[in-house]
Amino acid sequence: MENDKIQYRNSGDAVIKIEGLYKSFGELDVLKGVDLTLRKGENLAVLGKSGTGKSVLIKLLVGLLKPDRGNITILGQQLDSLSPRELNALRLRIGFSFQNSALYDSMSVYGNLSFPLTMNVKNLTKRQVDDAVEEALDAVGLLDKIGRRTEELSGGQRKRLGIARTLILKPEIMLYDEPTAGLDPVTCIEINSLIVEMQQKYKTSSIVITHDLTCAKTTCERIAMLLNGKFLKTGTFEEVFRTEEEQIKQFYSYNFTI
Amino acid sequence: MDRAGARKYLFSKKIDSYFDGIYKGYRFTLLYFKEAFTSPFHLREIINQCFEIGLKSLPLITMTGFIIGIVFTKQSRPSLENFGAVSWLPSLMGIAIVRALGPLVTSLICAGKVGSSISAELGSMKVTEQIDAMEVSAINPFKYLVVTRVWATSISIPILSFYCSCVGLLGSYYNVSTEEATSLQVYYTNAFSNISFLDLFSSLTKSIVFGFTIGIISCYKGFFASNGTSGVGKATNQAVILSMFLIFLEELIIVQIVNWIRYF
Repeated sequence: MENDKIQYRNSGDAVIKIEGLYKSFGELDVLKGVDLTLRKGENLAVLGKSGTGKSVLIKLLVGLLKPDRGNITILGQQLDSLSPRELNALRLRIGFSFQNSALYDSMSVYGNLSFPLTMNVKNLTKRQVDDAVEEALDAVGLLDKIGRRTEELSGGQRKRLGIARTLILKPEIMLYDEPTAGLDPVTCIEINSLIVEMQQKYKTSSIVITHDLTCAKTTCERIAMLLNGKFLKTGTFEEVFRTEEEQIKQFYSYNFTI
Repeated sequence: MDRAGARKYLFSKKIDSYFDGIYKGYRFTLLYFKEAFTSPFHLREIINQCFEIGLKSLPLITMTGFIIGIVFTKQSRPSLENFGAVSWLPSLMGIAIVRALGPLVTSLICAGKVGSSISAELGSMKVTEQIDAMEVSAINPFKYLVVTRVWATSISIPILSFYCSCVGLLGSYYNVSTEEATSLQVYYTNAFSNISFLDLFSSLTKSIVFGFTIGIISCYKGFFASNGTSGVGKATNQAVILSMFLIFLEELIIVQIVNWIRYF
């Protein structure tokens, strides 16, 4: 633990540091030398068209995929040097909200939240589990759905439950994969507010993968524009979009034409 | 950059993927043996799966076992009558059901019912990223989903096989009792009189092997399902066909080994 703290200080304020990351699938090069830093307490949006490797990037961050080349350092720990046990310990400090929520459909709303908790934290009493589940559900406004089955939930409620499921383990970093994809505009606004609320309440640092500019602008302080396997530009919303770069201008105008 | 993902085929895409599948299956089985005997054991999930696999298959196994007992007795009677050996009917049925039919029929039914359900469940969990969700929550999905299910099939199917054999003999007795006045006790005594310890042992071994095969094949096919819902359907179909084929192959090998031991 002490070692973690020392390494953490050495890496400055960065909670995630990506250097020269390459990933390809067969003949398709998805990431071609990606560099990125996520600072403590900030929300960073990774913007880009579909198929540019945004989701691949965050799957690499939690070890669901292995990079071909490059370094990933999370909370002071280099990912490729970790044993499976150490990787699991690190994963507990990272929350991952899936694009399609990935809820356990054989379990109820309560089960979806209590399952990761009881599997990772031993010797919890029923009361402690109930309290933690109720707290997480209350944070995302789903307390009244505690006994429901997941198939009874709407798209927005499923997203909220997916976020609650990650928050129950009190992560330090949150990774959101397309949090507003497939939702109506009103629900999009609700989810965007929830992401900001969660960051303030749980003091997390987050990466939000999205192609939705409104989501990026509302939830994040910094934006990284991923195009053709590389980050074309990184900065605040204004810095990124006040540019003469044709591909970024195209992306911006397309989003706002819609 | 060096293109780590770029692939050159050794023979052709189809032949390479066939051998790749065998190698992956082998690695998957080795991983099972590595994980099956280390903690955590998820006993509650194993019991839950035994209930799903075992108890929920009981009505089907009962009906099928009973019908098979009747049918085989009806089919065997005329042949034995030709030799005036109808009194051997209980012994014949005892040997046929305990040695071969009980484990084989139970396993084939379970390959269809249980194998398809395991494969479809894991396959849909895979394509909807539920397995990835477990992994990022620091839960070992192989241990929680695969090991528990393979343990459950390896435990439940031998019990179901024994039960199926008993019910099959009951069906046989029902048919015999309509033709001759024989008590159930006399029938069962005759049926088991020619069954040796080796028969019971080989029957138990077979059903454990069959149960393991159904579990590991179904989990393997489900765990590596891809290409959405059609991929799940394909994986389920392959799991049932491959399990059934391997069950027949294992039956052949085990019978051969038991016969060597018997006549040694």
